[in-house]
Amino acid sequence: MSPKETNIEKRTIAVLVDNEPGVLARVIGLFSGRGYNIESLTVSEVDQLKNFSRITVVTSGTPQILEQIKAQLERLVPVHRISDLTNEGPAVDRELALVKVAGAGEKRVESLRIADIFRARVVDSSHDHFVFEMTGKSDKLDVFIDLMQPLGLVDVSRTGVVAISRGPKGL
Amino acid sequence: MASEQMNGAEMVIKSLVDQGVEVIFGYPGGAVLPIYDALFQQNNIEHILVRQEGGAVHAAEGYARSTGKIGVVLVTSGPGATNAVTGLTDALMDSIPIVCLTGQVPTHLIGNDAFQEADTTGITRPCTKHNYLVKDIGDLPRIMHEAFYVAQTGRPGPVVIDLPKDILQGKSDCYIPPEEVKHRSYRPQVDAEPSKIEQAVKLIAAAKRPIFYAGGGVINAGDRGSELLTRFVRKLGAPCTNTLMGLGSYPASDPQFVGMLGMHGTYEANLAMYNCDLMINIGARFDDRVTGRLDEFSPNSTKIHVDIDPSSINKNVMVDLPIIGDAARVLEAMMTAWDEGGYQLDQKALKAWWSQIEEWRAKDCLAYTQKGKLIKPQYAIQRLYELTKDRDTYITTEVGQHQMWAAQYFKFEEPKRWMTSGGLGTMGYGLPAAMGVQRAHRDSLVIDVAGEASILMNIQELSCIAQYNLPVKVFIVNNQWMGMVRQWQELLHGARYSESYSSSLPDFVKLAESFGMVGMRCEDAADLDGMIQEMIDTPRPVVFDCAVTQDENVFPMIPSGAAHYEMLLGPEDKAQKPISEEGMVLV
Ligand SMILES: Cc1ncc(C[n+]2csc(CCOP(=O)(O)OP(=O)(O)O)c2C)c(N)n1
Ligand SMILES: [Mg+2]
Repeated sequence: MSPKETNIEKRTIAVLVDNEPGVLARVIGLFSGRGYNIESLTVSEVDQLKNFSRITVVTSGTPQILEQIKAQLERLVPVHRISDLTNEGPAVDRELALVKVAGAGEKRVESLRIADIFRARVVDSSHDHFVFEMTGKSDKLDVFIDLMQPLGLVDVSRTGVVAISRGPKGL
Repeated sequence: MASEQMNGAEMVIKSLVDQGVEVIFGYPGGAVLPIYDALFQQNNIEHILVRQEGGAVHAAEGYARSTGKIGVVLVTSGPGATNAVTGLTDALMDSIPIVCLTGQVPTHLIGNDAFQEADTTGITRPCTKHNYLVKDIGDLPRIMHEAFYVAQTGRPGPVVIDLPKDILQGKSDCYIPPEEVKHRSYRPQVDAEPSKIEQAVKLIAAAKRPIFYAGGGVINAGDRGSELLTRFVRKLGAPCTNTLMGLGSYPASDPQFVGMLGMHGTYEANLAMYNCDLMINIGARFDDRVTGRLDEFSPNSTKIHVDIDPSSINKNVMVDLPIIGDAARVLEAMMTAWDEGGYQLDQKALKAWWSQIEEWRAKDCLAYTQKGKLIKPQYAIQRLYELTKDRDTYITTEVGQHQMWAAQYFKFEEPKRWMTSGGLGTMGYGLPAAMGVQRAHRDSLVIDVAGEASILMNIQELSCIAQYNLPVKVFIVNNQWMGMVRQWQELLHGARYSESYSSSLPDFVKLAESFGMVGMRCEDAADLDGMIQEMIDTPRPVVFDCAVTQDENVFPMIPSGAAHYEMLLGPEDKAQKPISEEGMVLV
C-alpha cells in the first residue's frame, strides 16, 4: 500500500530558534503531526544575550521527506536558521551517556576494564555499583551499553546527539 | 519616550486602530470583558456580535478574502477559544490572514484548571501559522504588531494571541506603534532569484504544449497578481486553468480559460494538464484533489512551481524548476524577462495544442438537460449566475455538491469574488463568511450558495445577519440529501445510503420570517428566474429555499485514486470504470 520506502536516509539537522515558550512543542508537534521520525532531539539555550536556543534533531526519511522536514522547520516563525549537518559538509556529532552497572566480583572488574577501553569515566561508585560517563558517537555508546548488558546493566541515560559543523564557519 | 498609561485592554484596542482595523467579529465572556469595556468607550472599531465563535472566524475569513485585509476575531477563554478552532484550521488550510484574540484566565491561575481555562496556545499550535501567550504587559504591543505582520506576509494565515485577564487589566506606559516593531526571525522571501526567472522564460519559450495552473497564491498576491497573470497568459496565448481557490485569478469568460481543474474540474482542463509538456504552476500546491493519482499526474511535462512557501515545493509532486517568491513579483519579473529576451512561443505548435484543447472542450462536459417542472441543481445555479453576473456580486458557499456546481457554473472575472472552504471543506463556512463579506461590501450583492445540510451547521448566524441588517442572500440548493455524501455512497459504497438523508428539515421560509427576514421557496423551474430576480431586488436578507432533484451527481468526476484521463463524464460512464481498492481508502 504505502509508497516504496527504499532509500531511507538519516540526517542530523541543527535548528537555531528564539528561546521563547512553546518553541520546542512547535518543533515536536511538527514532527508528530506530519508523521516524521525523531531518532533523537536535544535542545538548550546557546546564547543568553541574544536569547537563542539550538535544537539538534536526528531524523530519517526519503530524500523528499527530508527536504520537506527542513522546509517545514524553516517555516516555523521563531526559527532563525537551520542547517543540514549531514549534507552540508563534514560535522562532528557526539552524545553523552550515563550508564549504571551493578554487580560484584569478576563482572565488576570486567565492566571497569571495558570502560577503560572505551574511555568512559567513573563518576559514581560503591562496593556494588559504578556509574560510567561516556561521550562519543552514538553507535559507540550503543556498543558500550551492549557490552555492559551481561555485566549488570541497571540504568542508562543518554543526552541525544549534539552536532556542529567542522571548519571555521558557524550556523 | 514612554507613552501614556493604558491598561492592556486599551493597548489591544490602540494596536488594532494603529493597524488600520475597522471591524472585529467576536463574542464576549468573562476573560475578555476588559476588552469589551475598552471597546465600549471608543468609536474607531465596530464590533460585530456573532452567535457562535466559529461564526466569528468564518466571518473574518470572508471579510479578509473579499478585501485583502486582515480579519480580526475576539473570543473569550475556554469554550470561546475551542469554538474558534475549526475556523482557524480553515484559515490555515486556505492561507487566509486572521488575527484571533482569545481571552485567558489570569496568569497566576494558568495550569490550575481554572473556570473556563483551556490550553489555547497548545490547542491552536498546529492550526495557526503562529500563536502567542502574553505573559508580561511589556510584550503586549510588540506581540500585537508582530501578529499582524506574521498573519499578512509570506503565506498568509491565522495568528492567535492569548490574553490573560490580569494582563488586560494591568497598566503600563509601554505602548509602541507598529513602525517600531520588527520581527526577530521571520522574513519571508518575496523576490525570486533572477537566474530562476531566466530559466523559467527559456522553458516557456521552448514549450509546445504549455499550460498555466494558477491557485489561491495569485489572489493572495493582491489584485496585481491576477492582473499580471492575465496579461502574461494573454501575451503568450497559452491556456490557463484555476484551482478551486484560484477561481477569479484569471477571467473565466476569456477563451484561454479552460475552467477549473481537479476532481470536479473540466474535461479540457484535466486533459490539458495530463498532456501538456510544460506546466507553469503559480501559487497552487498540487493538492490531492487536483492531482488525482500521483504517479499518473501529468507524466510527460516539465514543471515550474512558483510559491511563496518553500514547504509547498516537492511536497506532493517533484518539480523541475521551483521558484520561491510572491506570485505578483515573480510574474512581473517573468514578463520583463520575456519581453527583454524577445521570446515567442512556437506558434505552429501552439495552434496544434489549441485545436486539441478545443476538441476536448467540444465534449461540453458540464452539459445537463433541464426538462419539465422539477429543477435540476445545475440549472438552479446556472440561472443564479446568469441573473447576477452583471452585478457587483460576491459568492460564498457551504460544502458539498452545491459548492462544486457553483465552482463549475459561476464564471468569476475578478479575484476576491469567490469565498469557499477549499482545503478543510468546512460545512457551515458560507453563511458566516457571507456576513463578513457583506460587512466589507455593504452595497454589493452577497450570496451564500448553500446546501440544506450545511446551512444548519451555522444557522444561528441568521440572528447576527438580522441584527446588523446585512442583506445577505442565502440560496439553498435543497436536494434533501447530504448530496456529496450520497454521491460517494452511490459510487463507492454500493448505494447504501447510510445516514445521509436530510430528515426533519425546518420550514426555511418560516425560519427566515422568524428572524424578520424574507423567506422564499421555489419548486417549479418556470418560477425560478422570477423568484431569483425578486430575491436580488429585495434590499433585505433573504433565505431562498430552492427545491431541486434529489439524485443528481456532480460530473465530471475523477474518482479518488484515479488518473486525470480516467475521469467519469456522466452517469453512463461509471459502470465501465470501477473504482480501485486503492482509491477507496482515499478521502
Ligand atoms: C463540518 C463537516 N462535517 C462533515 C463534512 C462531510 N461532508 C461533505 S459534503 C457533506 C454533505 C453536504 O450536504 P449539503 O449541505 O446538503 O450539500 P449537497 O452536497 O447536498 O449540495 C458532508 C456531510 C464536512 N465537509 N464538513
Ligand atoms: Mg443537500
